[in-house]
Amino acid sequence: MHIVWEYRQLLVEGVRITLLITALSAVLAIFMAFASGLARDARSPLLRVPAIIYIELFRGTSLLAQMFWLFFVLPSFGVNMPALACGVLAIGLCNGAYGSEIVRGALRAVPRGQREAAIALNYSRAQTFRIILLPQAARIMAPLFGSLVIEILKGSSLVSLITLADLTFQAKNIILVHLNTTTVLSVVLVIYFLIALFISGGARRIERALSRGVDGAGR
Amino acid sequence: MEFSFELLWEILPQLLRATVVTLEATFCGFFIALVVGLVMVTFMRARARGVRIAARLVMEFLRATPLLVQVYFLFFVLPEFGISLSPFLTGVIALGCHYGAYAAEAYRAGLEAVPKGQWEAAVSLNYGRLATYRHIVLPQALPPIVPSLGNIAIAMLKDTPILAAVTVTELMFVANEIGSERFQYTEPVTAAALIYLVLSLAAAPLINLIDRRLRPQETRA
Repeated sequence: MHIVWEYRQLLVEGVRITLLITALSAVLAIFMAFASGLARDARSPLLRVPAIIYIELFRGTSLLAQMFWLFFVLPSFGVNMPALACGVLAIGLCNGAYGSEIVRGALRAVPRGQREAAIALNYSRAQTFRIILLPQAARIMAPLFGSLVIEILKGSSLVSLITLADLTFQAKNIILVHLNTTTVLSVVLVIYFLIALFISGGARRIERALSRGVDGAGR
Repeated sequence: MEFSFELLWEILPQLLRATVVTLEATFCGFFIALVVGLVMVTFMRARARGVRIAARLVMEFLRATPLLVQVYFLFFVLPEFGISLSPFLTGVIALGCHYGAYAAEAYRAGLEAVPKGQWEAAVSLNYGRLATYRHIVLPQALPPIVPSLGNIAIAMLKDTPILAAVTVTELMFVANEIGSERFQYTEPVTAAALIYLVLSLAAAPLINLIDRRLRPQETRA
């Protein structure tokens, strides 16, 4: 255990980078999930077709392939991005494509009668979405987005392969110097697990806050 | 910078050979995941509460921690205990354990979806535990989870590049190697990404087909 204590500064620095990448990617992913999820079911093909292409492209290829593409291939087209931007873009765009299904599924789970009632009350489409659909769908989305952010946390470990010094990168560096691999890697796995528990706990709190006043959802 | 089709043509055989390794890793990993998932779900449904909680914890742990770190763990820690496996085997076992946790969750959902009356009917017909599973429960529990297992297989395919980190010569590893040898990443990495796209797009209809074959007649739409 003393190795972990000796290198605590490196590990803390790694956790900081991991959390930074996870947070930035999560914001991008949730934004893209809404944008592409809503565009996917839009009436106009001008919105629908790009959304389908985006979703299929990013869900069909591997996250690491996307990250390598941004990191190694884009510079040869004259676009130079720092490694952090490559990592966040790849993780955010890839998971945003998965998240689009969460948005679509949750909106579809709102009972039809709600939409009909909104029409009967002469709500505009925007009002129907904002006042009627979104608050009900958000309750369904919360735990699913929680799982998505955990996937993002796990995906963030891949940035260690494009030279970013996240938790995984630091762990790898420490075990190259010291041979006590079991301890270091176990501690790192536990740190990831604790961060994941923290994320799912947060998602549960949000879900509970959104469920206030809903029949049968008060826990 | 131009995209050189000549170079692409030249490196394509290498990439396709690597694709075979990718597919092998996916299939082996998937098989391990199916077995690991089965073992895990058995423990998750054990009579003793302690066993259930422990199994649940292991499953959550495997699902919430990065596959890359799990691969490193097996790769660097197993030799310390005198077990040295090839990178391919290490990677495939890590892949199988990681996704085994997802498979366990899928099995659990399938088993819980079987109505309670089916179990009670089996008891009243004097079926044993094994016979109940074989003749009553599994035929009803398995077909509905084929799509989830299919999704797990596709997810595994897309996670095989992580094995490149421990020098498994799969698609991403080879693409990267070609790139660093020739200082030309555009063609190999783009081609590798497209191969993943083709494979996962091809997998979806295949899973649909299997799903439709396994569905019992009466529930077919």
